Parts: sequence; structure tokens; C-alpha cells
Amino acid sequence: MNVPESLRYAKSHEWLRLEDGCVGISDHAQGELSDVVFVDLPKVGRKVKAGETVAVVESVKAASDIYAPASGEVVEVNTALAENSSLVNTDPFGAGWMFKLKLDAPAETGSLLDAAGYRAQIGG
Amino acid sequence: MDDLKRTPLHSAHVALGGKMVEFGGWHMPVAYGAGILTEHRAVRNAAGIFDISHMGQLFVRNAGAKAWLNTVFSNDLAKIRPGQSLYGFLLNEHGGVIDDLIIYQFGEEQFLLVVNASKIGEDFAWLQRHLVAGVKLENLSDECAALALQGPNAEVILRKFFGTRFEPPIRLGVKVVERKDVSYYVARTGYTGEDGFELFFPATYAQTALQELIDAGQDHGLMPCGLGARDSLRLEVCYPLNGSDLGPDRTPLEAGLGFFCALEKKFIGAEALRKQKAEGVKVRLAALRQTEKGPPLRSHYAVFHGEKRVGELSSGGLSPCLDCGIGLAYLPVDLAKPGTLVSIDIRGKKYAAVVDKKPLYKNE
Repeated sequence: MNVPESLRYAKSHEWLRLEDGCVGISDHAQGELSDVVFVDLPKVGRKVKAGETVAVVESVKAASDIYAPASGEVVEVNTALAENSSLVNTDPFGAGWMFKLKLDAPAETGSLLDAAGYRAQIGG
Repeated sequence: MDDLKRTPLHSAHVALGGKMVEFGGWHMPVAYGAGILTEHRAVRNAAGIFDISHMGQLFVRNAGAKAWLNTVFSNDLAKIRPGQSLYGFLLNEHGGVIDDLIIYQFGEEQFLLVVNASKIGEDFAWLQRHLVAGVKLENLSDECAALALQGPNAEVILRKFFGTRFEPPIRLGVKVVERKDVSYYVARTGYTGEDGFELFFPATYAQTALQELIDAGQDHGLMPCGLGARDSLRLEVCYPLNGSDLGPDRTPLEAGLGFFCALEKKFIGAEALRKQKAEGVKVRLAALRQTEKGPPLRSHYAVFHGEKRVGELSSGGLSPCLDCGIGLAYLPVDLAKPGTLVSIDIRGKKYAAVVDKKPLYKNE
């Protein structure tokens, strides 16, 4: 299972890149969801708290909430997903990113897991 | 998950990489590794095989069987002979749907009723309550395995499985076929809108039969398919799902399925249906198609006509073949007509949709 070392992970399967606040879902999560057919993204400028529902990923079978892995302001969303939501499946850590947060407190992401911790959680 | 019922193919699903979920009290694969969209397309373009062993198999026989069944079944069994089948309903006194089912006739007084998984107990108890002396009713659901082989390549695969002397039944037909000392009830019916077959046979042969059918289908694009594809396939062709689109408070007339109710004969619920027909139905099950890009439709989403809430989706999903959201909803009759523009509320935002003709998808 692909779990990049450079990222932080929420127990709810979102990843966060500390350098630019970029958020997406893990390879494990996209595999569980399979066939992502729509992503409901937040509006740029929205302020979110860690743990708050920010986006919704729709697979053929179900809608799944995406939670903010940290508090901050949404400064950019991945508009490419509107036309091609399957990027979440094919490139979850790259072109399938969802939104970028300007983190309120970049140092306060201690509750997130590192790659080893997340790997242990998903049993891979 | 431990208290869920398992079909005789449970371990085969796990071995095939099935993603197991709860469905109507059963532990069933929603999809395998390929995913719902791929499985759906395999059935439309080649072939798919589904475990439908969770469905119920009730056998009715002995003198008087046909006459009795005709008093509890909405359709007229006089329309069929041995080797044929008929779709219809078990209804309550108010004309509401207890279950929808197919009755297969084998001999003059020998029938197989295939009913919905979640309704086996209720159907059996209800039938038993109305049973007449001399007619034998048996629930063999636990002893039966069932597989659905569906898609344009289903016939060639089945011929390979049964051998060169096998002649498949015609559409809606059924026959008993012997293979390696096992009797298979082979019906040319299904729930996908494609040509295909449903096989009913002793549960002990389930694993072998599945494996040999998969082998027979290897060069014909056959894929194992889960309940996800089963649902999206049936929704594209607007086949109702009991418990979602049908229920005790909905009549077949409201569901647009009056064709399967022989109102000229006597059966439980007939009187209520005749009355409803005379007075005119107030709501009808309409097929909806999303006309703007949006999240796929889901059951229970509210349907609006202008600013007014006029109903909610009883089923919803993404149509892989039409590439848009589709759904079914009971709407006031004057709105349940092709061309009516509606909108569907998804998380507080309204998305445009239109009432369309059934079926929403038709294979050329």
C-alpha cells in the first residue's frame, strides 16, 4: 500500500502536506471507495476547523464526507476534479488532490499520524 | 457482521476479492476488484455472473396448486404453461405490495416462486396463512443456490457450460437441465435488462458451478459482479426494487406496473386495485434523469417542482451507460410525465433533472 513518508494523515484517511496545506485522500481510502464519480468541493475563502466536513466524495455506491485534517482557510480547490473525478482513484497523492488550506497553526498538527502510524492503522 | 446470513458462495466471494457488505440481512459482495462501473459495463457489453442465492425459493405443488396460486398472485397464471414464467405481485388487502416475484411453472401443478431475500419469511408465512388443503408449499431457500448469468454473451457461455446438446430456453422460459448428476432449473430471466439466465440448483454444488461457469466465460469477457452493478443495471432499465420503490403503502398501479395485475380475475388486493383504477391514481412512479452535472442521485433526496417539494427519490444512482444521475420517485400524476422539469435537492443545492420515459436505458 502506497503511503508517502512526506505526508501527515488523519485517522479518517485524509492526507495533509505541511509545506502548502494541500489535502487529499489516501490510496487506501480511494481503494475502499472505488469509482469516484463526483467530488463536492468547498468554496475558496471558507474557514474550517479541524474535523469539520469540508468536502464530499461520491462513489457509485455512497457519499463519504471529507474532514479538514487541520484548521485553516480554504485558499484553492482542485477544479480539475469537476471534469475528471477519477483522478482521486488514479493519482490520490498527486493530481487527485482536493483543496489547499492556509493553516491557522502549522505547528499544531500533532494529532495527525505520520506515515508509519497511518500504515499501522490501515494494517498495511 | 457475524449474525449476517451467508450464501453457499460466501467464501468464493472473499477468494474472488469481493468487497463484502450487509444487504437485507445478508453478507454479500457489493463489487469485486474491478469496481461497479467496470462490472456494469461487462454485463452490457459481454457478460457478468451474480450470486443471487440470497433470494428465496418457494416450491408449490400438488393438485390445485395453480388455481390456488392464482388467488394470491396478481398476474393471471392462465397465461402460462409448463416451461414458462410470469412476473407479478403478492398484495395486501389494500393493494399494497408485499413482494414482487417471478413464478416459474414446471409441471401442470408444479411451481417455483423466486422472491426477494429480505421477504422470504414474510412471504412464506403469508402464503401459508392463505394455503388451501392439498396444496404443498415448501421453503427450500436454504437448500438452493442461485446464479444469474447476464449479458449478450450469456448464451454462448451457458452452451459451453452445459455442452453441445443443450438447447437454452426462450425468453422468459424455464427448463430442467441435467449436468454431472445435478439438476439445474434454467430460466431465461434476469434483473439487468440484458439477455441472460438464472440458474437454481442444490447449494452443495454452488462453488463448483460458479468456478466452471467462470472458466466457461473466460474467453467471453465474463466478470463476477456484485450487488452494486446489479442495482445500477436494474435502475437503468427501471426495474423496481421492493423495499425501496415498492412497499405495503404503494400499489402496482402507482408503480406503473398495472400490466402485471389481471384485474378481471379474483386475487387478494384486486378489489382495492379496481377501486383505485376507477378513481384514478394520485401519484405515479416516475423515472428521472439529471440534466446538469452534479453528484449522483441517492434515495430519499427531495424532488422539487419550482419551489414546491413534490416527492422524494425511492431509488437513485449513477447511470454508467447514460453518464448521469438517474432515479425513481413517486410524483403527483400530472408531473409524472416525460418532459416535466424538476430539481433535486442535494445537500441544500438544487440540481436540474427531467422526467423521462421508462426504461431510461435500452440496449440496441
